[in-house]
Amino acid sequence: MILAAARSDKERAAFVCSPADGPQLRFGDMHPPLPTVTELRDAISHKRMSAVEATREALDRATAINPRLNIFLELFPDRAIEQARAVDRAIAGGQPAGPLGGVPIALKDNMCLGSPALDYGKTTCGSKILAEYRSPYTCTAAARLMEAGAVIIGKCNMDEFAMGSSGEHSAFGPTRNPWDPERVPGGSSSGSAAAVAAGIVPASLGSDTGGSIRQPAGLCNIVGMKPTYGRVSRYGLVAFASSLDQIGPFTRTVADCAAMLNVLCGHDPHDSTSAQRPPEDFGAELERGVEGLTIGVPRQAKSEANHPSVAGAVERAVKVYEGLGARAVEVDLPHTPHGIAAYYIINPAEASSNLARFDGIRYGHRAKLAPREDLEDLYSKSRAEGFGREVQRRIMLGTHVLSSGYYDAYYTTALKVRRKIKGDYDAAFEQGCHALLMPSSPTPAFKIGEKMNDPLAMYLEDVYTVGVNLAGLPGIVIPGGFGTVDGRELPVGMQLVGPAFDESRLLRIARMLERETGFGARMAVG
Amino acid sequence: MPDALPPDAVRKVARLSRLALAEEQVARYGEQLSAVLGYVERLRELDLEGVEPMSNPLDETNRLDADTPGGTIPGATFMRMAPEALPPFLKVPKVLGDGGA
Repeated sequence: MILAAARSDKERAAFVCSPADGPQLRFGDMHPPLPTVTELRDAISHKRMSAVEATREALDRATAINPRLNIFLELFPDRAIEQARAVDRAIAGGQPAGPLGGVPIALKDNMCLGSPALDYGKTTCGSKILAEYRSPYTCTAAARLMEAGAVIIGKCNMDEFAMGSSGEHSAFGPTRNPWDPERVPGGSSSGSAAAVAAGIVPASLGSDTGGSIRQPAGLCNIVGMKPTYGRVSRYGLVAFASSLDQIGPFTRTVADCAAMLNVLCGHDPHDSTSAQRPPEDFGAELERGVEGLTIGVPRQAKSEANHPSVAGAVERAVKVYEGLGARAVEVDLPHTPHGIAAYYIINPAEASSNLARFDGIRYGHRAKLAPREDLEDLYSKSRAEGFGREVQRRIMLGTHVLSSGYYDAYYTTALKVRRKIKGDYDAAFEQGCHALLMPSSPTPAFKIGEKMNDPLAMYLEDVYTVGVNLAGLPGIVIPGGFGTVDGRELPVGMQLVGPAFDESRLLRIARMLERETGFGARMAVG
Repeated sequence: MPDALPPDAVRKVARLSRLALAEEQVARYGEQLSAVLGYVERLRELDLEGVEPMSNPLDETNRLDADTPGGTIPGATFMRMAPEALPPFLKVPKVLGDGGA
């Protein structure tokens, strides 16, 4: 069904552009605009559509598309329909449906969803070690969505334990990019990004430790946001690198991103790093414009390693902002070249500690032992059988950099560089920048298999995203344009980074670029 | 910073990581870990004299909660989650090897 959409002329125009100046949608043709979160919620609350209808549509699409793209690890049709019925009953009874009433949403499979009865679906983290794991509790982020009336239709594929930038490091096979199934959707929130890009759900949740929401959003032509560290509770998010992890939404529009943040953000006593901030309406000032604001463009974002389409997208965005009355200035983030190095010490260090809990005893995979093998063998064999190669690499890297004699040389050094990186961002904001503009990744989506045997090449994918996690800042990626690779048109993402807890203004700045370019209105849906 | 990992160092770090590596994996992991450890050497270029390490992005300190009992997950749930249990106990293999007392 097509709903009346509040879209700008440029966004509408994107639907009727000729294939010659748009991407070749071989996976599917140009599709009429699918309803957004806010459109669906309004349609359901005004009874133009039922929550059950919306949920059935999402489940049907998921079932049809999943064999080709491997987006979902599990769907919950019965529970989802049951949740949708409850929303419809509430509306019929004259009760408010909630800010996400009846909206179908998907979760990354590192978010616990369950009850002490262990009667919900699995939480696999994309890993063999948790292939049969059923959580006895539900993460705060999912609980908040459900309280707001959202319907959780399923759990999405991901790089194992969120370690990866392509979605290929899943024990359950790679997710494919809806724009070109031969290519990666990005990672680690691969399925969550693809579910929105393929038009299955209007929103999903991902987690971002070094770019795992923003990079796939860019490669899939959707909106993805990592909020400030502490904005969204991490309770029930399977811990990877605790000082870097943050949950955030994927959506098709900036307004939907704000609507999701309104539900997700807030203090949680279950997460000691959750921030105590007054409630905000993140969408209140979206259309206010950017006149008089200053947009910083880091010198380091103009790397020669960028694909021409990525460089072009940055230039185009600068022109858009200048045309709207904002000032664009070049800024220096001198420690950017050291970000990946610091990140790939801190991240494995924290991961090796967090993943020590998987021991084959309390839950998860347990190896069969030979006679005379003991407890140590149980740990080592269960972990070797249960963890994939990338996870094993990171655990060993982390163990090495934390081990006696190496701790200061690696870990303490990386923590000092982390402070320098944060200092770079602070200096740019103190100079008057309201946001920094940079790509989400240096190239459009690469081919499945291209970087699998070269971990370092995969790590360098994260060059524009890891600094934001190290500094704990909010970052949003929106569609930035299209580039041609091997004769195929593929999306590129544009990233905006703001000061800590300045999400409202960051969303407003992102909205203006979205409104003026309209790239996000093009969808890879069949 | 120290040199990259020779095979014995890979075996040692695998043991510390509680990962039972097959012998043929040692060389490959050694190469890959060495590439990453070689790459991070660039941190040595920086002058970090007097810089305070930053372990939390917001420099937050630990917060103490009131020590009051709350709801919890029933023990029976944990028994059902365990790969091998003999309620109310979890089953583990012998803790000490043959050399133990």
